[in-house]
Amino acid sequence: MPDVRAAAEAVFRAESGRILAALIRISGSFDRAEEALQEAFASALAAWPEKGVPQNAAAWIMTAAHRRLIDAVRRDHTRFEKQDELRYAVEAASPSGPGNEEESMHFPDDRLRLIFTCCHPALSQQAQVALTLRTLGGLTTPEIAKAFLLPEPALAQRVVRAKRKIQEARIPYEVPPPGRLPERLASVQAVIYLIFNEGYAAHTGDRLVRADLCAEAVRLGRMLCHLMPGEPENFALLALMLLHDSRRDARVREGALVTLEEQDRSLWNRAAISEGLSLLDRALSFGAAGPYQLQAAIAALHAQADRSEDTDWPQIAALYERLLVWNPSPVVALNSAVAVAMGIGLEEGLERIDATGRSGELDGYYLFHAARADILRRLNRLAEASAAYRRALALATNRVEREYLQHRLDGC
Amino acid sequence: MRYMMLIYSKEQPDPSARVYSGHRAVMEEAARKGVFIAAEPLAPTSSATTVRIESGKALVSDGPFAETKEQLAGYYILDCRNLDEAIEWAAKIPTACKGGAGCVEIRPLPGIPQPPVETVSEQLATRNA
Repeated sequence: MPDVRAAAEAVFRAESGRILAALIRISGSFDRAEEALQEAFASALAAWPEKGVPQNAAAWIMTAAHRRLIDAVRRDHTRFEKQDELRYAVEAASPSGPGNEEESMHFPDDRLRLIFTCCHPALSQQAQVALTLRTLGGLTTPEIAKAFLLPEPALAQRVVRAKRKIQEARIPYEVPPPGRLPERLASVQAVIYLIFNEGYAAHTGDRLVRADLCAEAVRLGRMLCHLMPGEPENFALLALMLLHDSRRDARVREGALVTLEEQDRSLWNRAAISEGLSLLDRALSFGAAGPYQLQAAIAALHAQADRSEDTDWPQIAALYERLLVWNPSPVVALNSAVAVAMGIGLEEGLERIDATGRSGELDGYYLFHAARADILRRLNRLAEASAAYRRALALATNRVEREYLQHRLDGC
Repeated sequence: MRYMMLIYSKEQPDPSARVYSGHRAVMEEAARKGVFIAAEPLAPTSSATTVRIESGKALVSDGPFAETKEQLAGYYILDCRNLDEAIEWAAKIPTACKGGAGCVEIRPLPGIPQPPVETVSEQLATRNA
């Protein structure tokens, strides 16, 4: 019955985050919740071919998983006396009572607690990423390991350690109180954007774009907007990702990197652009500026230019100036300098780039040398440009990006 | 859950009165809220002795095991609901350095697992035999 299996897998992919989040709240344990969910999925595969796929398949799985949870707790109860409290919690929180499989999904949405716990600053950011993808994403551990070019055991180990710390240090399973919310939400947004960037500009490896990670980040971004609709930066983050992602098909041609300037703009995904633009408008309507809104506004200006020479570089330079106030990092300063070069004057931009590089912080950053090289090339200072391309080439690790730099170097 | 907060800071010959009054304020607040279990400063590392066993013998040496810039200077044990509450308390603890240098490490205290009842009764049985 391949169609039943496909139906079950579709339900699983779409709903497992929500079901798992509820099961973790009820059981107080990531491991128990995951086990119960796996068993419920297996029993769905066993039962559905005969009885047919139930109308509310997600509620069916939730109810089955909840029963498994109660069974498991009863089993363990004889071994661990301390579980008394837990068993009480499980029975008291029964979502719909036994036998109500067909009842609509009335269990509360706990995904917000789950994402705040997964992105808790007491966990390393790598662990935050792995745990978020594993519990709330639709990717399996092997898929995540492949996307991050990590051996599967290493990724599994990372997840195990994070779950153990949550349990042992008692990282709370709750949405942080209002006083703590801004910084904690920023850490959730950072994880989602990191997943997107990992997919968009892979640091190593052959493929420039790992579409599955981008899609996953967009899905998580949508979820965050849905769960916290009062936060403009959530909409801006989603807008930013959609606007970047709209250029995916134009960024690589025959395996080679195509810069924004040289992209065939007819390949840009118009639906993603228009959704991104309207999400940005929605974010801006709150009247509370933020770094994702500024970045999305910059991406929007690129998306709105029909030809690269139509790009409103002076406006982009102004937005980068404002972004520097929020995030005074050398990387933002570098982008700001490039915008000045393109919008105001190449000489002035080059001065800015060199000023940014003076601290030495960007010496090991290939894009610093690549950006410098690019402006020197435009100024026709080819000897200096080729020296800068060489330094960039020595630092770049992605094959597609290296080939682009080599191609530029050959042209000097 | 009990958490131990380990205070690491640069050692000073005489911690200021301000630091002591800062600690007293935290300890009083923690006691009032029923969170307080213990807190104490440690004597400076110049008074420390390290013991390690090598080939069955206790090897005694002067000073702390690791030479680092920041030293263990004191501890709190507080009973908190969860890590977030522990982090909030840790942020209130003044370190011995002016200007907030130094740091506080939070470690949960899981306790020593109790042996299962059967094991205990077996041990008693063998002892009685």
